Amino acid sequence: MIRDSWRIVRLGLKSLLLHKLRSTLTTAGILFGVASVIAMLAVGEGAKRDALERFKDMGVTNLIARSKKPAETQSSSSQSTWSALAYGLLYQEADLIEASLPGSDVARIREVKRPMMRGEYFHTSIIVGTEPSFLKITNMKVREGRWLTDTDDERLQNVCVLGETLSRLLFPLENPMDHTVLVGGGDRFRVVGILEEQGRTAGAGSTPYDECMFVPMMTARRRFGEQNTTMTGGSFSRELVELNEVKVKMPESEQVEAGARILRDLLRLKLNNDVVVTVPLELLKQEEESKRMFNIVLAVIASISLLVGGIGIMNVMLATVTERTREIGIRRALGAKKKHIIQQFLVEAGVLSALGGVVGVIIGIILPTVITQVFQQRTDVMPQHVALAFGISAAVGVGFGIYPAWRAANMDPVDALRHE
Amino acid sequence: MSERETSSDDIIAEFVDVHRHYQMGDNLVRALNGVSMQVRRSDYVTIMGRSGSGKSTMLNLLGCLDRPTSGEYRVGGRDVSKLSDDDLSDVRGTEIGFIFQSFNLIPQLTVLENLEVPLFYQGKVGPESRKKAEYLADRVGLGQRLEHRPLELSGGQQQRVAIARALMNDPLFLLADEATGNLDSNTEAEILNLFDDLRAKDGITIVMVTHNPTVAVRADRTLWLKDGEVEKLVENPARQLAAAASSPASDDGSETPAEGAQE
Repeated sequence: MIRDSWRIVRLGLKSLLLHKLRSTLTTAGILFGVASVIAMLAVGEGAKRDALERFKDMGVTNLIARSKKPAETQSSSSQSTWSALAYGLLYQEADLIEASLPGSDVARIREVKRPMMRGEYFHTSIIVGTEPSFLKITNMKVREGRWLTDTDDERLQNVCVLGETLSRLLFPLENPMDHTVLVGGGDRFRVVGILEEQGRTAGAGSTPYDECMFVPMMTARRRFGEQNTTMTGGSFSRELVELNEVKVKMPESEQVEAGARILRDLLRLKLNNDVVVTVPLELLKQEEESKRMFNIVLAVIASISLLVGGIGIMNVMLATVTERTREIGIRRALGAKKKHIIQQFLVEAGVLSALGGVVGVIIGIILPTVITQVFQQRTDVMPQHVALAFGISAAVGVGFGIYPAWRAANMDPVDALRHE
Repeated sequence: MSERETSSDDIIAEFVDVHRHYQMGDNLVRALNGVSMQVRRSDYVTIMGRSGSGKSTMLNLLGCLDRPTSGEYRVGGRDVSKLSDDDLSDVRGTEIGFIFQSFNLIPQLTVLENLEVPLFYQGKVGPESRKKAEYLADRVGLGQRLEHRPLELSGGQQQRVAIARALMNDPLFLLADEATGNLDSNTEAEILNLFDDLRAKDGITIVMVTHNPTVAVRADRTLWLKDGEVEKLVENPARQLAAAASSPASDDGSETPAEGAQE
């Protein structure tokens, strides 16, 4: 049985080799189809995982409310240079959020930009005043030393934890632990911990935590106040912002939707004016939704290319059957039943497309690495996608081989033998 | 009719009042119109006639490539005139050995693979089939050419391959269609001698359709067709003598007239 099957395949190959160029060209149709299916799916998969990891970094159970400078600033800035522009989240609101979402972790965040100095090394960066819960919510890890504690907060300690990049900028040569950093007007902060590198920032507009200094919330309030003064175009503008951000971590992902509704409800007066609520899970779902459409489009395009390949196979097989009419007659005279003739031509069509499929798989695996190199686009070749593409190509070959094979089998043996 | 003692077992192919009519537009063409004939074991029969006499139709029917409109065709005692397409294929594959004018070898296959084609459709390709192919290639005088392609061989050699192929399934009879029509006279003689030899030594039955009288006289009998009917059945006296000399009773290969490979 196996020997017979092998014989059919081997003799099928022999027949295909009668027309090397024609067989090769036909194979190419399937080849490109299979390669493009694999490559497209790899790009789609890569993009999907990329997004997934990005949102994982933001935390899929997190809710983020962030203060935003209102759009219509002309009226307020034209008023007077003395009055500060007050906007954004208030401590009061943060307390309300915490009370309304029992069981969740809440971290208040206050950000100020200050120059920092350590010996001759100088850098201007963001100081993040926050609470101990921040670490758990952002999923960041302490590389060395410790994180901020409630005690630090209560006692208004001048302690800080450094982001990985900042620690290297201020302490290029020594271990920063227990050394002090001079901040802004003259406050000294003792380094008690260093964070692990966070890697890429979680989406545009978010704070680059690797370059930040983290200090206790109450310390930040006391030392830096609520007022930010920035100089733009020769004139000072003053802003009054109590909290830059409130991060909430819901205990379960099922509660995210309800939590987001409550949060938006609490902040409804400020929403889309001076507060923005971001829900990573929603973004992830949106992204998946749009990726799904994208994948459907890809699948349609790939199917069309395979369809074209299949039509090529049908065309060639029809030509083959006509050319080999006499051979069909001979085989029928020598005892071949219709099923044998069908089998023979189906196998030839199958071998033709399987050859294209094999080469297509190889190219389809290589192509994504090229795409990654050239376009910096992440790609992931999934084994099931390779199997799928190969399976479809084999099915296409057999499917489009059915009609030519059926025609071959139904020739009248007498006419076929007489055929020149 | 032969003088030899016959039994019904000896009749391996028999037409009983066979008609074959075609509808060509408005005309009914009576290609065969009530033909009866018998082929016995180890017979050597030729079928002759002008073109249009029904020779080709008769060949197609004898070869089970076509079915009669009416009448019976018995192969080995079994009526095959109403068999299904698949069953007819099996009859062709097991009982009939086809030999064609233009050899009809499959060009992309080697000689060995060509020889194995009939066995393949009976599911009998294996180590034994190779041995058999080697034996038959030797028997028909091909020697060591099993791995050649047909187009690398001369016409006579190709026809020898075709004869060996026809013998692969141990058929009841060989059915030859102008088997020497594409060969020069020397090669023709060689092939005809091979037929004689196969019959004399192996008791092979041969039915040959031809229009060539010099081929026809090599047979025991010649069936003449005219307008789809049997015109006459001519016994060939010279062959009668030869057949008597090498009758199957004394056929142990000791005094066969044909040349060829020695046992």
